[in-house]
Amino acid sequence: MAETEIKTFSVNFGPQHPAAHGVLRLVLEMDGEIVERADPHIGLLHRGTEKLIEYRPYLQNIPYFDRLDYCSMLCQEHSFVLAVEKLLGVEVPIRARYIRVLFCEITRILNHLLNITTMALDIGAMTPLLWGFEQREKLMEFYEAVSGARMHANYFRFGGVAKDMPAGLEERILAWCDQFERFMADIETLLNENRIFKQRTVDIGVVSAEDALAWGFSGPMLRASGVAWDLRKAQPYEIYDRLDFDIPIGKHGDCYDRYLVRMQEMRESVKIIRQCIEQMPEGPVRTPNHKVTPPPRAEMKRSMEALIHHFKLFTEGIHVPEGEVYVATENPKGEFAVYLVSDGTNKPYRCKIRSPAYVHLQALEMMGKGHQLADVVAIIGALDVVFGEVDR
Amino acid sequence: MQVDQLARTVLWEELVRGFSLTLRYLFRRKVTLNYPYEKGPLSPRFRGEHALRRYPNGEERCIACKLCEAICPAQAITIESEPRPDGSRRTTRYDIDMTKCIYCGFCEEACPVDAIVEGPNFEFAAETREELFYTKEKLLENGERWEREIAMRLEADAPYR
Repeated sequence: MAETEIKTFSVNFGPQHPAAHGVLRLVLEMDGEIVERADPHIGLLHRGTEKLIEYRPYLQNIPYFDRLDYCSMLCQEHSFVLAVEKLLGVEVPIRARYIRVLFCEITRILNHLLNITTMALDIGAMTPLLWGFEQREKLMEFYEAVSGARMHANYFRFGGVAKDMPAGLEERILAWCDQFERFMADIETLLNENRIFKQRTVDIGVVSAEDALAWGFSGPMLRASGVAWDLRKAQPYEIYDRLDFDIPIGKHGDCYDRYLVRMQEMRESVKIIRQCIEQMPEGPVRTPNHKVTPPPRAEMKRSMEALIHHFKLFTEGIHVPEGEVYVATENPKGEFAVYLVSDGTNKPYRCKIRSPAYVHLQALEMMGKGHQLADVVAIIGALDVVFGEVDR
Repeated sequence: MQVDQLARTVLWEELVRGFSLTLRYLFRRKVTLNYPYEKGPLSPRFRGEHALRRYPNGEERCIACKLCEAICPAQAITIESEPRPDGSRRTTRYDIDMTKCIYCGFCEEACPVDAIVEGPNFEFAAETREELFYTKEKLLENGERWEREIAMRLEADAPYR
């Protein structure tokens, strides 16, 4: 009998697929159940953030950074705020630095909780999602307590944070830390040894350390491949050099290792949160330079000069000295960076955003090739893509 | 070691442990809220529906300085103003397009007279877009309805502002 040639056929995965984690349109060329080619089509959530930023005074751009990766809001604000501060050369009060790090780590836990639990949901485990969202809810209450919004916080400011933490919040966060370990143990009981979970993740989407570096991976994706690279340790910003924490790394670079690395990172984040609360000094949370931060309200209502500063800051905004700066921070997803060019006016001349998930997504073809269709779902889950920042 | 592992595999050890854990959760206290009747806590800083406030003597606070219009990143606020017969400057038009608003809280931060505030109300869903184009009357009415809570919230948060 003559051999018949089987033609590959293409499948559209998304943009409305619930396992696509947003609006990813993935054109898969399939040979039966085996993926021959995976071609991500992006841009369905493109909002032109980088261009919009060029038309707004610096302060008004902070909310845009919340809305890029809507799972790690404050970490992105952190990059932008640090970039502008570097250009301005302002000193940030030490308490504000601790508050920022504290909330960046809370954000990291928020992000990893969402990622791990939705990845488990994609490959068939629903319970972790329900438990994880209870924890997320508690963390979002902390967000709401300091900033007034549960997700899009808009809390960091140039030269500090918008408002000091309300009294009693430290105790609430510590109480949350105490119960979190039990939740982690519960999730691990459900997933770590579970045969279905392991069959779906072990040896799926393996990336070697060399490949990971060559594809420009960062964050947990890189660390799961065995490269101990973390910007918090490699080039400590803010106050990370004063804190004691470890960097978990994986060995095999498969989806299971990525899950384990993220779980361990959450434990490290809890460690950092505890240290932050322990070491946090009293003091101001905004730099006293009123060319950068508005004066306190009580002063603004009494002093003419303070009122003038207030009006200038909220109409014209700050003028940032000419120059360019690249600031990268360790986001939950990887290296999130802002490349800012200032021409000395009150609006950025150019703001390039380097988003980690965009870089990770391009390796999807490399990781997915030869796997089955269902494994692509597990790979996307472990990639941790959020389309707000991929499409920008 | 291998016998041990084989026994665990055959006996579905990790699955049984997982199921027993979820079973135990079944008898724990529920964490869900029966929403329209129960609500989660809100902090004094919560940024919800806008309101325009008045002074205790009934005079509207807004002096049409247009700082909120200038700072609004979404350009959701439109203000027009002219002097009143008594010589004081007040708004003739104060519109907020709630479909554009991103609830960032900058308007409240910018307002020098605490006139525009983001109140505690988050249940203002409407059936048509037009209902969400708030006018000055609607915002002042919100102010009257929520004044007690707004005043309490501002007082609670005053040390931090």
